[in-house]
Amino acid sequence: MANLVWLVPVLPLVGFLLTGLFRNYLSKGLTSMIGCGMILAAFVVSLLIFGEIRQAGAQAVTVTLFDFISVGKLSIPFAFLVDQLSVLFLLIITGVGFLIHLYSTSYMHEEEAPQFARYFSYLNLFVFSMLLLVLGSNFVILFIGWEGVGLCSYLLIGYWFKNLEFGNAAKKAFIMNRIGDLGFLIAIFLMINKFGSVDFSEVFSKAPGTAVGYLTAITMLLFVGATGKSAQIPLYTWLPDAMAGPTPVSALIHAATMVTAGIYMIARSHVLYDLTPVTQTVVAVIGLATALLAATIALKQNDIKKVLAYSTVSQLGYMFLGLGVGAYTGAVFHVMTHAFFKALLFLGAGSVIHAMGGEQDIRKMGGLRKALPVTSITFLLGCIAIAGIPPFSGFFSKDEILSAAYGKSPVYYAIGVFTALLTAFYMFRLYATTFMGSFRGTHDQEHHLHESPPAMTIPLMVLATLAVVAGFLGIPDVMAPNAHLLGNYLSPVFADVNSGGIPGDTASGAELSRVAEWGLMGVSVLLALIGTFVAVSRFSKKPELGEPTGFGKVLANKWYVDEFYNAIIVRPLGLLATFLVFFEKNVIDAIVNGVGKLVQYGSRQLRLIQSGQVGGYVLLMVVGIIVLFLVELFIKK
Amino acid sequence: MPINYYIFLAVTLFCIGVAGVLTRRNAIIIFMCVELMLNAVNLLLVAFSKMQFNMVGKIHPQAGIDAQIFVFFIMVVAAAEVSVGLAVIVMMYRNTHSIDVNFLNRLKH
Repeated sequence: MANLVWLVPVLPLVGFLLTGLFRNYLSKGLTSMIGCGMILAAFVVSLLIFGEIRQAGAQAVTVTLFDFISVGKLSIPFAFLVDQLSVLFLLIITGVGFLIHLYSTSYMHEEEAPQFARYFSYLNLFVFSMLLLVLGSNFVILFIGWEGVGLCSYLLIGYWFKNLEFGNAAKKAFIMNRIGDLGFLIAIFLMINKFGSVDFSEVFSKAPGTAVGYLTAITMLLFVGATGKSAQIPLYTWLPDAMAGPTPVSALIHAATMVTAGIYMIARSHVLYDLTPVTQTVVAVIGLATALLAATIALKQNDIKKVLAYSTVSQLGYMFLGLGVGAYTGAVFHVMTHAFFKALLFLGAGSVIHAMGGEQDIRKMGGLRKALPVTSITFLLGCIAIAGIPPFSGFFSKDEILSAAYGKSPVYYAIGVFTALLTAFYMFRLYATTFMGSFRGTHDQEHHLHESPPAMTIPLMVLATLAVVAGFLGIPDVMAPNAHLLGNYLSPVFADVNSGGIPGDTASGAELSRVAEWGLMGVSVLLALIGTFVAVSRFSKKPELGEPTGFGKVLANKWYVDEFYNAIIVRPLGLLATFLVFFEKNVIDAIVNGVGKLVQYGSRQLRLIQSGQVGGYVLLMVVGIIVLFLVELFIKK
Repeated sequence: MPINYYIFLAVTLFCIGVAGVLTRRNAIIIFMCVELMLNAVNLLLVAFSKMQFNMVGKIHPQAGIDAQIFVFFIMVVAAAEVSVGLAVIVMMYRNTHSIDVNFLNRLKH
């Protein structure tokens, strides 16, 4: 079965080609069938492969399709690596991706048929790129998918490209990603230089004998790539702006594809990171800083999608913290649970926006609980999951990362758990302001309020179920020994980092006493509950409607990071561009135009010779003949 | 007679022809001047052929004889050309009611 793995990315590619090439001829129904059907088929194939690979003792399989690049000693095959990690990602991508596709058929129904098909072709291409990314058996194939998701995010964020602001958001995402990609690319070159190969197994087997400095350079550059793709400090600002795209796209970017690419890449190359403690510390600190910064910004945002966007950035920070402290299983676990609850939250937000006729400001909502019962309940489940309240999924994955962080340094834990408090607070602020209290929109909107059609609510319900139960895949040892199903499943991939406890987590809870671990869990749950109750009691009756003041204003303006980047990077570059435009217009253009003008002037003068008088022509001919004679007679010899 | 005299005569005739073409406006006179130039060249051809015969005629009795015959061909072709040229002038007269070549300045456009 694993040999058929090429079907998984090929199916969305076929979907992309069909919907893209025949967008003018396909009806919306047919487009939806192709778009969703291909992803569903890919999901089924992934499930079959999963059934094979999950058996104990299943070996990782490398499926070589053809020779991709072969230059001198360097040979890069186009090969797929099928192991526990990549198959898990296949399931997340195709599974959540399918639900988002299904949701989109209804959400995007107001678009014209060709635009509708364009949207689905982009979605399929997005899934295809992401599948390529996780399946590649070497860094180059991974990089192709990496670039592919960057391109698709650009296309989809700028889907409504007629709006200039949306177009700018798309460009911002593309450029920010490009900065990170450069780091990744240099890392690949360094690998080729040092190891003569980009194949995962070869690089990882040769790595232990290499100088730590060199490895640190490689891992740092890979991490630069990851900060771009996975929206970490300093390249995170594109993700909140990416809200310009249609809401299901946000869900796809935030949950199933794109932002998890960085996590996957680092988890995949964990061998390199384990050898470079400096980079690990950097990863952990950046992740923690991002988690905290984004959580503080999310406290004061009033756009329903912006809050969710910053919460994604914050949760990604947690995942990087997990990677940085060596809790690879924890990070991947959090990717999975986050995929479920974040897709749920975004699709729920989409349902709200749909019902509100495009309104995204939570200050103009309120009391939607009655009008949108399914959306409201599923959204609430998502909020509980992300806030980390047991027994919902977010609690287990977050707690695994936090306890691993405590094992590394209590400071990590303290900041992480404070961020968890903030997370619970802003998520329930969002929930309370949107769904509780009384309606604050216009009268028309109130009449328009309606629950979304089944194509939208069914994905919500499925995701809500997953968000509730997915946590039981990773029950920590302290609750039930050897019940961490995900850890056992992933253990072959992270075999070399096992140090007891949860497989694949170094410094995991096993080193802590049981009491300490229960204590840590209790603290984080207590803080999450406090955050929840404070937010609900504060915002359900009296939501924050006015403009923020004081420190709140700084948070509402995102710590002025965008302004800071504008001042130190965009503005000087703009000035340089202005100067170059001036130079181009006045110097280069002047030279070019001067040549043209000279020729024009010369020919205008020469034209006067053509008088139309036959005698004149004859005279010139005679003069010419005489000149030729003279040349012949006197000069040639 | 030395070849120089023939050359001078031919050059003089040619220059008269050129001067005539350049200065006159009457199409028929220009045409005559063109003929003059043509025949100046013919004369030169005959003269050189005779000179060659004088130089090597004793060894090669046939020397230079082909040029003498060739001149006849040229004269036949020239006669044909005259007929075409005169026909052109007649057509020009019909169109412009004049044979002044300065009326033919439409080449400019």
